[in-house]
Amino acid sequence: MSHQESPRPAAPATEPEAGLDRRRFLGLLVFGQAGPPAAAAPAIPANYKPTEHDYAMGVDPGRCIGCGRCVEACKTENDVPREPFYFRTWVERYSVMAEGQAVVTSVNGGAGGVPQPQETGVLRTFFVPKLCNQCANPPCVQVCPVGATFKSQDGVVLVDKNYCLGCRYCIQACPYGARYLDPLSRTAEKCTFCYHRLVKGLVPVCVEVCPTQARIFGEAKLRNSPLSRFLRQNHIQVLKPHLNTEPKVYYANLDGEVR
Amino acid sequence: MIPAAEVQRLMEVMQQVKGYIYPNEIDLHWGLLIVVYPYLTGLVAGAFILASLERVFNVREIQPTYRLSLLTALAFLMVAPLPLLAHLGHPTRSLEIFLTPNLRSAMAMFGFVYAWYLAVVLLLEIWFDYRKDLVLWARQEKGPLRWLHWLLTLGATDLSERALAFDRSAGRMITLIGIPSAFLLHGYVGFIFGSVKANPWWSSVLIPIVFLFSAIVSGIALVMILFLCSSLVRRKEVDMACADKLANFLLYAIILDFSLEMLDFIHRLYEAEESIKILSQMISSQLFLSLVILQVLMGTVLPMIALALISPAFHHRAVIDVPAELRRLIYFGAAVLIQIGIFSTRWNVVIGGQLFSKSLRGLTVYKMELQGLEGFFAGAGMLILPFIVLYILLRILPPWPDAEARLESKPADGGPTGV
Repeated sequence: MSHQESPRPAAPATEPEAGLDRRRFLGLLVFGQAGPPAAAAPAIPANYKPTEHDYAMGVDPGRCIGCGRCVEACKTENDVPREPFYFRTWVERYSVMAEGQAVVTSVNGGAGGVPQPQETGVLRTFFVPKLCNQCANPPCVQVCPVGATFKSQDGVVLVDKNYCLGCRYCIQACPYGARYLDPLSRTAEKCTFCYHRLVKGLVPVCVEVCPTQARIFGEAKLRNSPLSRFLRQNHIQVLKPHLNTEPKVYYANLDGEVR
Repeated sequence: MIPAAEVQRLMEVMQQVKGYIYPNEIDLHWGLLIVVYPYLTGLVAGAFILASLERVFNVREIQPTYRLSLLTALAFLMVAPLPLLAHLGHPTRSLEIFLTPNLRSAMAMFGFVYAWYLAVVLLLEIWFDYRKDLVLWARQEKGPLRWLHWLLTLGATDLSERALAFDRSAGRMITLIGIPSAFLLHGYVGFIFGSVKANPWWSSVLIPIVFLFSAIVSGIALVMILFLCSSLVRRKEVDMACADKLANFLLYAIILDFSLEMLDFIHRLYEAEESIKILSQMISSQLFLSLVILQVLMGTVLPMIALALISPAFHHRAVIDVPAELRRLIYFGAAVLIQIGIFSTRWNVVIGGQLFSKSLRGLTVYKMELQGLEGFFAGAGMLILPFIVLYILLRILPPWPDAEARLESKPADGGPTGV
């Protein structure tokens, strides 16, 4: 794990398009520079080409043992507050009862390990890791009044914390509960696939620490990537497909109870 | 460090969660201030639409409330952005909405809709309507008010018949633009909620229309309250023709509003999508008081029945003939109940939309803080503030028919000294 040397996903992994876009143009007009003063802090290595990537994640609930290491690693890596109200990723436990309905819990988001079910009459249980679905058609990006949250060219939805107003419309618009308001910066936060790691050629920290490889990360469009193999070899489902958000977190053999 | 009180508050909320909610949903994001915001803009739109009735459709009876309605709309519009600003995590960045708006965002349009309505519609209409009086007041008065009125004329002191005719036609033209603008203002606020597909409580094409009609209801009811109270304070006989007409309009609007809300309700119930279970649970528990009791029974049905029985709404006759004094009291009571009802409507939309989990498996609670920018006192302050602004506006621009300046002598151009 390389979280000691990784800086926080520094300000918006910048909008990668070249040229004079609307924001830069207005930034030049108002501030005499491209973007508001504090926003200019790129953390992308010069040799990183966002257009060459299209990231996605596969999740295999059948492999998840609910150890919660992904949740803890994510909190450490990304400076997520430790209190149990702020998560970039969390693990849900589903207990399917004899009568057919499922009881869902996620004590402290699964950090420290998901505890044993307390219900009796449980037919089966399984765990589902959740995170931002990095939608190809993201409602959070659509609603952001100033474009502080945006889709990068490599397919990751990011938040420019130096630009975010803290209006929380994106939190309302996310169907997956994947966003929170950082209580310290007062800006919206979410999973970035550990973007600061991606640009260095590393995988997201939750993927790295998972002891059972329940999370598979990689290029969605490369035929020979582990992710493509995962997508070929499993029955794939996404969360809430009826909302047409086109998630890029793909679940293998997902139970119908999972929302 | 996160403040201990904040952690404590969220811990308490967590204890009261029923079923399962996503862990990020424990912190409820849009609180009292976002309830106040659509309530205030609704009053603006409603008061303006009432004023337009007199102007465009020549409803003579409500003429005494024309200027009062306009000033009410202005006072509430001036305060309307405050709850939004106070709610932002970074209020200092709010200007970015104007500078670099995301044109695909419904919320980004707020600044433009607001500026259009304030600058192009309300201020212009009020200015054209008051210009003659401003000039005359500036000539006849003494002291600082005289200078203020002179400044407000913006130097346009021509009182020739041609100029006054221009004022009238300009005012009429602005009202014509103003009606769709008022519809836009509040329909737009409804769209902010109605377009959130992630939230089954909000996501409905009817929401902007329901918002609009509830806005009209609340605006007329507010003007009714202000009209009755101002007559009392000024020790003037209440113009009952006007009060009756207001009551009629209030009744028509509330019938329309209630029908739309029922349509929305029945439609949801009949479709019975996957969210129906959790929404039903929410209505019968968390929202029972604010929705069933306050919004529907006390805030809609009761005043609707009262108005239907005593206002001369059908062929200028009431079902029950009631003496004027009692009628006034009932109008006043109905209007106050309607305000409570409409505030509850806003509450039920904004807070209700966040009390159930998007996992559709659990319910949470809203724990309002007392202090702080998003607390009870701040919210109450923002509900009182428009009345203070209105009081000041009423002092500067008295809307009463008896305060209207008379054009006595041949006017001469110039400042206050040119009387």
